[in-house]
Amino acid sequence: MSSRNRTDKSAGIELPTSDIHKMAVEELDTTKLLRHAAHQRDDRGYKDFLIVDTDCHHYENESLREIIEFIEDPVIKHSAKMATTGGTGVQSSFLPGLVGHQDIAGRVTRYPLRKTEKVPAGENHRDIHLTLKWMDAMGVDYVCLFPTPMLAMGIHPQTEVEVNMARAYNCWLTERLLAVEPRLKSMLYLPFNDPDATYRTVQEFGEKEGVVGFMVTSVRYRPVYDNAYMKTYALLQEMGKPIAFHAGYTWTDQMLSTTNRFIVTHALGFTFFNILHCANWIANGLPVRFPELKVIWIESGIAWIPWLMQRLDNDYKMRSSECPALTKPPSKYMQEMYYTTQPLEIPDDLNVLETTFKMAHAETQLLWASDYPHWDMDLPSKIYDLPFLSNQAKRNILGKNAQKLFSLDVSDRFPSKGSS
Amino acid sequence: MAKNKILVGKTSELEEAQPCIVVDGTTEIGIYRFHNKFYAYENLCPHQGGPACEGLLIPQIEEIINSDKTYRGMKFNYQNLHIVCPWHGWEYELESGEMVADRQFRLRKFEVIEEGEEIFVITE
Repeated sequence: MSSRNRTDKSAGIELPTSDIHKMAVEELDTTKLLRHAAHQRDDRGYKDFLIVDTDCHHYENESLREIIEFIEDPVIKHSAKMATTGGTGVQSSFLPGLVGHQDIAGRVTRYPLRKTEKVPAGENHRDIHLTLKWMDAMGVDYVCLFPTPMLAMGIHPQTEVEVNMARAYNCWLTERLLAVEPRLKSMLYLPFNDPDATYRTVQEFGEKEGVVGFMVTSVRYRPVYDNAYMKTYALLQEMGKPIAFHAGYTWTDQMLSTTNRFIVTHALGFTFFNILHCANWIANGLPVRFPELKVIWIESGIAWIPWLMQRLDNDYKMRSSECPALTKPPSKYMQEMYYTTQPLEIPDDLNVLETTFKMAHAETQLLWASDYPHWDMDLPSKIYDLPFLSNQAKRNILGKNAQKLFSLDVSDRFPSKGSS
Repeated sequence: MAKNKILVGKTSELEEAQPCIVVDGTTEIGIYRFHNKFYAYENLCPHQGGPACEGLLIPQIEEIINSDKTYRGMKFNYQNLHIVCPWHGWEYELESGEMVADRQFRLRKFEVIEEGEEIFVITE
């Protein structure tokens, strides 16, 4: 039996494929785009696996008119309303723009086609429909949902804008998405450039439904060891909520501004900021001051982990006097931290990857993440298909480590497995 | 293994540089026409399993280096099209099916035959 499917121009749009050529492409249907992921889900029997995605995204800019209704400051709210009502579209006073093309000039077609996707009419938010669509295709049970453009808010020159946008986004997210759909969780955005507002955010939102921790966007220039943050770390430790650092890039960073190909900006930017914060975190003895605080490093892949472990350990043997709080080599503290896997680097020599897994104590510390719908997303099969992992290690990395870390109640998806 | 001859359609219906997907059982195949030659590849990216043939067909990009080794820019090579997987952007040469960034990877290729006014793809 065969069937044929010719591109139907009337149902799609034309995308430019060069300076002079176009190509007819159907409108985006995530279920159709990810049908091969659904085949993997069924072939590998994910139905019996708890799968938790610790890092995925939505595009909160598409809901900006709803979000800014939660802004408290009347002047900033007015500015935001004007920007979403009209304007030239060239400037925004509250979302810092990012130069770059994550979609590889349109090659990753879910970017340019995103707005063509239809969702059923109803009460649920469009973001809930779209997120559940790809979750179901991949076989994902729960996700930790993060924003997209707001990942750059840490470089906004006006701290008060970050504070107001963070609170508005957190209010909107918890009320419109997390309280409505129990499969959606989040680690809420911390307005880290204002330490007091950061503390208030944890106080206000720490017990809200679906809030499993808090997130710092790594692209910023505030050191994590600043005394102003200690009360927040203490509060998070007391509440048992993890703090996560979500990587990113900015082409305006002085060092990254010397890059002229986005491949370099991305490859370095998404690791450097987390490497910097992680090294500062350890050298200042924060793991000793907050031994029960769970720390997660998000979206830097995992190849950097052995590199930083070896660099810090080597220097520590000669310069331990500069880190007197530490009672063991830096790598030992790193082995107690958590890391999301995406984008998982797959070297030709899998022994390299296996060694990286061993050094990171993968079986208890790695958390699978898709980063969907972003361009370098990973499916669960990136972990499931690794030949050196035991069945238990796969189960841990794909879901059980996250279940334990976030104290997730998974009884609605797995009635026999309960909350831990 | 027995060979199947799958009708793709009339030659005149296959548009230049626009993929047509045919399904044979559980195998999806993308068929292309470019400069009056026909190509067929499995619609399955060896990276993570994406529907490679449903992505864009984009000319190869080449760097322009002056005789004194200074950089001048980039240009399209319109004679060499790349099949681009829409999931992550892995690129494959239309002519060979080889992944341009790492030639140990390739799309599974199928034979295409033209009989009269009709195009067929041969599967096993």
